[in-house]
Amino acid sequence: MDKTYYDPADLKKFGDVAEFGPELAKKFFDYYGDVFKEGELTAREKSLIALAVAHTIQCPYCIDAYTSDSLEKGTTEKQMMEAVHVATAIRGGASLVHSVQMMNKAKKLSM
Amino acid sequence: MIKSLKARHHDLSDKKTQLQFLSNGIFGEDKLPTFKQKISPLGEYPLKPTSIEILQVNVGYMCNQVCKHCHVDAGPDRKEIMTRETMQHCLEVIKKTKIHTLDLTGGAPEMNPDFRWFVEEANKAGVEEIIVRSNLTIILANPKYHDLPEFFKKNNVRVISSLPFYQPDKTDRQRGEGVFDKSIKALNMLNAVGYGVEGSDLGLDLVYNPGGAFLPGDQAALERDFKKELKEHYDIEFNNLFTITNLPIARFLEFLVRTENYEEYMEKLINAFNPAAVKGVMCRNTISIDYDGYMYDCDFNQMLDLKVEKTAGQHVKDFDLGKLEKRSIVINQHCYGCTAGAGSSCQGTVA
Repeated sequence: MDKTYYDPADLKKFGDVAEFGPELAKKFFDYYGDVFKEGELTAREKSLIALAVAHTIQCPYCIDAYTSDSLEKGTTEKQMMEAVHVATAIRGGASLVHSVQMMNKAKKLSM
Repeated sequence: MIKSLKARHHDLSDKKTQLQFLSNGIFGEDKLPTFKQKISPLGEYPLKPTSIEILQVNVGYMCNQVCKHCHVDAGPDRKEIMTRETMQHCLEVIKKTKIHTLDLTGGAPEMNPDFRWFVEEANKAGVEEIIVRSNLTIILANPKYHDLPEFFKKNNVRVISSLPFYQPDKTDRQRGEGVFDKSIKALNMLNAVGYGVEGSDLGLDLVYNPGGAFLPGDQAALERDFKKELKEHYDIEFNNLFTITNLPIARFLEFLVRTENYEEYMEKLINAFNPAAVKGVMCRNTISIDYDGYMYDCDFNQMLDLKVEKTAGQHVKDFDLGKLEKRSIVINQHCYGCTAGAGSSCQGTVA
């Protein structure tokens, strides 16, 4: 058994998930491919969104994949960092906004 | 400014060492398929030329820049330079064959003292198209080069220029401090005489190559971004953007090895292998010539000292179109660079 939970080489085996369930895997990968096609958003914008989401869900595979993909699509390092800060702000904000609930409860309970 | 690998006496300045690198290791241990193994099932081995249409002449390895990815390992310290006599042999080829394009590269081709003579004589010899692969900054490097845009115009030279990004940071990291600003000024000068502007016949194309161990993105999407950004910020116009993949040769190979990106990069190229791109590789319609007059299947093979097959004649003095069109093209693992994704050539994507 491997001694680590994450191995960078596993990213290349993503397609192998079809082995245990080919039909759903096919549906997923077809959908995935369509999602990232150029649409109302450019492929570059979609890649940058994926990079930000990757940091929110803290997926090391996705971070590797969409760092490369963003660079390939001509995104600058500054743009990539700004995208991560957007994810960070939403993620931090999500905690902080709950403090309103804490304040409401504290005020209700306190004399 | 960094020095060339050659001036640093680096192991990887040796062409044999580079070839050993590309043949052994991951390829020698059968971890990854060789290029031959990959194209054989497609019926493409041996790889054959189509019709030879382009003579790509490397007039010398001297350059005023030392780009980090340069497959030529060019720089101010490189003294290899083509003589007028060798140029004369190239002109004979143009006169006696159907080759329609003379593609001048280097180094900075403009630094060859006989560069202008060669261009003028090629026009007299009746070549249809002359391309100069200009690094742009040469135009501003010395007052004697300031009139190059006018010279190009007068001689109907098509200009193809490297500009890896539309912002300073990425460009300068790859090509040297201050290169972006000078490139912008040079592009303004080219636009001013009519290059790349709407309604003009004077062609100005830009070349994008990735600033690291990753593949180029979609050529059309990058061209759209380049056109928008360069117009908006610098009022620059150009015709086409060509995306070119970095090949694991000389300084780019050294970068890959030093940063432990080599194996992963080669795997990336192989995973992106596109059989359709094999059909359009530039070695099928191009002959590359070095400063000494020796012939190669492409400029990359030139830098690895892989000359055309002996039976085809290896020197431009012995140029025989019939024999060259029957030859088998010399391949190695660096060829994966031209067949990845949408393919890569001196004219951008091929598939």
